[in-house]
Amino acid sequence: MEGINTVDLMRLKHGEVNLGTSIMAVRFEGGVVIGADTRTTTGSYIANRVTDKLTHIHDRIYCCRSGSAADTQAVADAVHQHAQLYAAIYGERPPVATVAALFEKLCYDNKDQLSAGIIVAGWDKEKGGSVYNIPLGGGTFQQPWAIGGSGSTYVYGYCDATYQEGWGEAETLQFVKNTLALAMARDGSSGGCIRMCVITEDKVERHFVPGNELPRFWEGKEVIGGLAQTTKPVAAA
Amino acid sequence: MNHHPAAWGRPLPASASFDMYNPQFSAPKAAPAHQMPVAHTQQPLVTGTSVLGIKFDGGVMLAADNLASYGSLARFKDIERLHPLGPHTVIAAAGDMSDFQWLKKELNAILREEQALSLTDSHPSLSPSNIYDFLANLFYARRSKMNPVWNAVLVGGWDRVKAETFLGYVDLLGTTYSAPTLATGFGAHIAQPLLREAFEAKAGTDGKGPLMTQQEATAVLDDCMKVLFYRDARSMNKYQIATVTKDGVVISDSKSSETQWGFAEDLRGYGAQTQ
Amino acid sequence: MSSIGTGYDLSVSTYSPDGRLFQVEYANKAVEAAGVAVGLRCTDGIILGVERLLHSKLLVKGANRRIQSVDEHIGMATAGLLADGKHLGSRARDEAANFRETYNAPVTVQVLSDRISGYVQAYTCYGSVRPFGISTLVAGADKTGPRLFCIEPSGVFYGYRACAVGKGRALARTELEKVLAKEGGVSVREGVMEVARMLSGLASYLAPLAISLSRSTAVESVKNDVLAIHLVHDDNQDKAFELEMTWVCEESGMKHAAVPADLLAEAEEKAKAALEEGMEED
Repeated sequence: MEGINTVDLMRLKHGEVNLGTSIMAVRFEGGVVIGADTRTTTGSYIANRVTDKLTHIHDRIYCCRSGSAADTQAVADAVHQHAQLYAAIYGERPPVATVAALFEKLCYDNKDQLSAGIIVAGWDKEKGGSVYNIPLGGGTFQQPWAIGGSGSTYVYGYCDATYQEGWGEAETLQFVKNTLALAMARDGSSGGCIRMCVITEDKVERHFVPGNELPRFWEGKEVIGGLAQTTKPVAAA
Repeated sequence: MNHHPAAWGRPLPASASFDMYNPQFSAPKAAPAHQMPVAHTQQPLVTGTSVLGIKFDGGVMLAADNLASYGSLARFKDIERLHPLGPHTVIAAAGDMSDFQWLKKELNAILREEQALSLTDSHPSLSPSNIYDFLANLFYARRSKMNPVWNAVLVGGWDRVKAETFLGYVDLLGTTYSAPTLATGFGAHIAQPLLREAFEAKAGTDGKGPLMTQQEATAVLDDCMKVLFYRDARSMNKYQIATVTKDGVVISDSKSSETQWGFAEDLRGYGAQTQ
Repeated sequence: MSSIGTGYDLSVSTYSPDGRLFQVEYANKAVEAAGVAVGLRCTDGIILGVERLLHSKLLVKGANRRIQSVDEHIGMATAGLLADGKHLGSRARDEAANFRETYNAPVTVQVLSDRISGYVQAYTCYGSVRPFGISTLVAGADKTGPRLFCIEPSGVFYGYRACAVGKGRALARTELEKVLAKEGGVSVREGVMEVARMLSGLASYLAPLAISLSRSTAVESVKNDVLAIHLVHDDNQDKAFELEMTWVCEESGMKHAAVPADLLAEAEEKAKAALEEGMEED
């Protein structure tokens, strides 16, 4: 309750690689769309500008990672192993809720040494598409849409104002793409390209938006409305 | 930029504006890991604000809003902080929501085992005070290990054997107390006086007079939740009330208070300004 | 059992020359001597029933129950040494709770049975322990519907549509096959009558039974089960007994609970009446 303003929350270890990130997952009828930017930073240096932050956990379950790259990779690897074991032992894919529970357990039990904010999303035969948010420190929060990482703080309002229930795959993809582009445009720790993934019963389909083809919004004098070609490239000036 | 919740909404210190892109130089240098003390005491991250409790004639009520904050960010806006345990007990939690979820799992597992055993070995089910005593012991044991369960919890219930209501408070320090009206955190400052005033108006300061009716208790809780929404920056105007009577637990749907803002329309400036 | 007394029946860690584990076989004897336990899978739920033999008139009514709850949605009935059953029930509850904690989901009846069977099997591997003297019926309803498994002292387990363990299992199996053969064109209510009549004929000596009535409802099946247990119970040979029944069905909120006392009493009355009628015919 108190103490949140006095204790050091910056739990990255000295020199650690941070996924200062914009990540997202949205449920729709029949599946989920997940998405992330591709920037990885150490301080203000971009260690990798084409990172893949969409992490495979099982056939129809992915997660988006934010926080320490090392911590979240270790946790994702452990859960990946668990999920494979589950499928081998019980002869069926693990439900998304179960994978979320595995993530949560690791994040909660080791909250003092981890810096990991994870969104778990996927499809299972019991519930269809579902999204679980596991913030820093653990806890499971099931949501129709979830955003995370440093960039998310700039787009909560956009998501609240835009999201509607009942969307199909195409509308959901567009929503994820726009949200991430807006977050990346305001968050210095996010950027590069957008990677997205549609997960349904039938497919896991990747989508890629290169850094020079991102949707664009208000940037100063002109309102461009996402048409990249209307801005003049630097070389032509 | 420091993106962590503790830094949100705070002005940058003078030094930070110089090297904000180079945290190595501004952040105090941490000691090597092997020299660090064992860090246990976590900190609350995703938090719920105050919860309220009041006894009335024939039962007890708890109230809590539906918000889980992340620093100053209103992050999860439809979570439930009231949780039924068996047929005659409810707990309401303020503080860290991951710890609360853990607590719910732990208590549910205990109740499930009790339920399973009751088929073979007939014994009375856990009373509200049994659950409260368990929580008090747990919270005290955990804080003594320097690893507190970061919650303030109200336990409300109906004791079937004694045929009386129960209302108790326990927090992360293992502190416990019981009273006919209770509130945690901000509510202890803002709502508790209102709750006591309403309670004592009928029951008297010694509490021996008649208790308020269920309707009166609901009204005073509604009023308190409204005032808390006005004055607690970590609250939201969407809350639930749990009611426990001899007939069991009822947790209401989420509801909102009617709030008054119109009087502010003609306010001008901060002093002598008139237009 | 030609090898009895040749020393190969002393330890479970020693096979006999013809590859048998006598201690496990003796454990089965303990099961066969026990009062019958019945499990019946229906379309809308599942039922467990046991006959609890009362060895003393001083016993408290309803005490020493043989059906236990394992989790909200799963129950188990044991036939054999009661104390072994209690221990295995405790272990089963731990397993179910452990699954919940790890996966945040209720355990399925199959997975639970698998885990219990692994535990039972371990007691057939070491010279320092004896095998469990019980057969266990695990019944419950999970995401795959109502399920019934039987775990034997050796640690093997099979899924069933209906199953019985305890005294005279082989005889019951024969009768079961007859019922199954007829069943195709028989409606549920007809089927109940059919089975009841069949069992009346066997009343004096049939001990355990297994009935397959996959199309019966839970309530009908309770009556049927009670009837069966009464019919298999021989008043002349056996001591007094109490009837114990639990179910998992819509009416119990898909949770494992005792069959309501009034329904149980009604079924018991009906069973006794049918039994007496049958005797008059004889």
